[in-house]
Amino acid sequence: MNALRSTIFSTAVILAAGVSFAPAIAATPGNMLIIAAQIDDITTLDPAQSFEFSGSDVNRNLYSKLVGFDPANLDAGYIPALAESWTVSEDGKTITFTMREGVTFESGNPVTAQDVEWSLRRVITLNKTPSFILSQFGFTPENVGETIVADGNTISITTDKRYATSFVLNCLTATVGSIIDSQTAMANEVDGDLANEWLRTHSAGSGAYTLGNWKPNESVTLNANNDFFRGAPAMQRVIVRNIQESATQRLLLENGDIDVARNLNPEDVAGVSAVDGIAVDSELRGRLMYISMNQKNEILSNPKVVEALKYLIDYEGMQNSFLNGQYTIHQAFLPATYLGAIDDTPFSLDIEKAKALLAEAGYPDGFEIGIVVREAQERIEIAQSIQNTFGQAGITVNIQVGTGKQILGIYRAREHDIYVGAWGPDYPDPNTNAGTFAFNPDNSDEAGATGLLAWRNAWSIPEMSDATLAAVVENDRDTRAAMYEAIQREHQETSPFAVMFQKIEQTGRQENVQGLSLGGAITAVSYWNVTK
Amino acid sequence: MAMAETSRKGRRRSPLFGIAKKTGSTLLTIAVTMLGLLFVTFFIGRVMPVDPVLSIVGERATAEQHQAVFLELGLDKPLITQFLIYLGDVVQGDFGKSLRTGFPVWDDVTRVFPATMELATLGTLIGVFLGVPLGVLAAVKRGTWIDQIARVVALIGYSMPVFWLAIMGLMIFYGKLGWVSGPGRVDIFFEDIVPNVTGMILIDSIIARDWTIFWNAVSHIILPASLLGYYSLAYISRMTRSFMLEQLSAEYITTARVKGMSEWAVVWKHAFGNIKVPLITVIALSYAGLLEGSVLTEIIFSWPGIGKYITISLLSADMNAVMGGTVVVGLVFVLLNIFAELLYKFFDPRAK
Repeated sequence: MNALRSTIFSTAVILAAGVSFAPAIAATPGNMLIIAAQIDDITTLDPAQSFEFSGSDVNRNLYSKLVGFDPANLDAGYIPALAESWTVSEDGKTITFTMREGVTFESGNPVTAQDVEWSLRRVITLNKTPSFILSQFGFTPENVGETIVADGNTISITTDKRYATSFVLNCLTATVGSIIDSQTAMANEVDGDLANEWLRTHSAGSGAYTLGNWKPNESVTLNANNDFFRGAPAMQRVIVRNIQESATQRLLLENGDIDVARNLNPEDVAGVSAVDGIAVDSELRGRLMYISMNQKNEILSNPKVVEALKYLIDYEGMQNSFLNGQYTIHQAFLPATYLGAIDDTPFSLDIEKAKALLAEAGYPDGFEIGIVVREAQERIEIAQSIQNTFGQAGITVNIQVGTGKQILGIYRAREHDIYVGAWGPDYPDPNTNAGTFAFNPDNSDEAGATGLLAWRNAWSIPEMSDATLAAVVENDRDTRAAMYEAIQREHQETSPFAVMFQKIEQTGRQENVQGLSLGGAITAVSYWNVTK
Repeated sequence: MAMAETSRKGRRRSPLFGIAKKTGSTLLTIAVTMLGLLFVTFFIGRVMPVDPVLSIVGERATAEQHQAVFLELGLDKPLITQFLIYLGDVVQGDFGKSLRTGFPVWDDVTRVFPATMELATLGTLIGVFLGVPLGVLAAVKRGTWIDQIARVVALIGYSMPVFWLAIMGLMIFYGKLGWVSGPGRVDIFFEDIVPNVTGMILIDSIIARDWTIFWNAVSHIILPASLLGYYSLAYISRMTRSFMLEQLSAEYITTARVKGMSEWAVVWKHAFGNIKVPLITVIALSYAGLLEGSVLTEIIFSWPGIGKYITISLLSADMNAVMGGTVVVGLVFVLLNIFAELLYKFFDPRAK
């Protein structure tokens, strides 16, 4: 009978859509922040290994770094954190940091230069995926004894050559730059793993929060560290609950069971913005959406074809329809707000121009080509839009949809024709994207540079690679910015990449929740300034 | 095998020996079934065109980092060797580590299975206690409006997509009416308060005598359980009806009626008594189906159950997790089957 009743009710409510019952608003406890988000990407919380979006969100609140960002003023760039100040040697290779006094870890142990030495050397020794953020400065397990050295309350870092100081410091703000309590960690070491296993599920930092617990695919609970050196956080507990469905997140938000919903789709964003007491924030994030054309494919290796395809994408149509509010048009490889970012948008949908270019290239009647895309709704929709506009120039597109891992496998093996991809910066320095979109020193299969997008698309660019290298050693900020601008303009014109959009994250929150920063395009979320 | 040989040699057969033999052959059936299940799952998993190493090292790993993990997982060895190694570990109770969560698969499965079990059990109870009377009633009142209503109820249960009913249910009973609590097993700030004994929060909160959490958990489980119960009701009531119709048209029923037996006794004692055995099969199958975990229900209600666990693991090529989950589900199927068989014997002397 229960069932019968539910059916009658469903029908009744659909028929009487206008009639609304007053929802009984429950409120979350005043000193607790409860967030619904998709966090099933977390595989570890060890800062030397964690490299997923959700993992960065957790780690940013658990650990402090030598330098960091102020969530209330991200535009200011890095500011002193555990390091109080620093000096750069005359040859520009050594940066010496002086540690802030009186900061303690969650265990009560003082934060010392020794802990910094141990934490940074550990990243290099463990050699997990994100270690390249530090090892790109020439650190190796063999030389860290001389290159990362603590002395009293100072710590010196010596790079293999002169780099822009901003580049080094920007990299130290990444998760791998987290400073770990070496005594606590080493007490939990197993088989010489430098506590890799223990830190996967425990925290040993000096951040605003400590890890209560992490249940994979379910939730992460953080407890306030009231000795945090920037002051005790107002929210004594933060619980991030894994909620897959946008509709479910919206229901929870509207019923007052959560404070923040982070994965609302455009329909649900529109829905909650009409509700009293709920506010929607839009924040520009670092993630870019692009398509890339494998240069191993004979047709796609024709520059005229590449150019034509860039005119066969309906950037505006997509931005204003299914990507509305979630992505904004952006056509260069550095996300807006990054040093050297440009906002040129030379391409728009122009079928006639594309047809002329295709005719010049020797394909007046088009050709047949494959697009691989992972089974994420927005990416499939992008592929379909492209299939449609390419079709208007006579190009037949076969879309192959697969799981993320399948499609990535094809991409890394350089077996695709066209790939619909998303790329998020790894650290807040322009080199993070320049070093992958515009850097490919050895294009051979043997090089196996699967981490470089230019390599994955078999795009051989010895000269541009040199230009990218030159930009990381330039110490004058304006000159450095100008170098990236020039590289991007050339890249827009010649590369087999059509960068299309930059991500906007829309967050629904209870109006009383103030001060939540998602980290913009440069870093992760921070909870310690939140009040309600 | 050993058991079979002994029986050939043995001359006298004590009843105890009979039980031992029966138990032995049952265990053998379980072992063979599980081995087959492992074998098939393992090979399907390995021929899937997905790279499990990527789940661990992520997209940005260098070729060396990728290779190091590839070797660590033993993926360079021939498939059959990999299977034997895996089998050896499983026999010792080691299901390996989940690539995706990094936890031992056994820990993961023992965490997610109780959540599914709690939901499935409650759902089946609802399905049985409402579905069986509904089916009997529909058969007895065949062709009347009662039968029609029962048919419509079942038909909706068969044909409505579960995610649609789930979302509608949430929107109405949680969103609009506020009669029940929303997704999740308890309110978020109630989590991890009662000590974990069985993993089933209703039972754990009773053990801890924490009635606030118990009632909170009840208000969370009631909607998804009713939903699953509805699906199981639809199936059980239709099957009950058709079993009953068959019995009610039999001659012995007419005889009983002619002898002047009350209608109640005819229906419940005679006809219903005879459909118990097939009904047990139907209920056991429906229960086993729910114990596999209803993926969509679990996703919409943020219910951390085994269906969702296996599905997400499969999508990220986390084969250790998939195999561990499959073994548990397989074992539950086999055990339920054995249990159903035992019940047959209890209800039907002929089955002995």
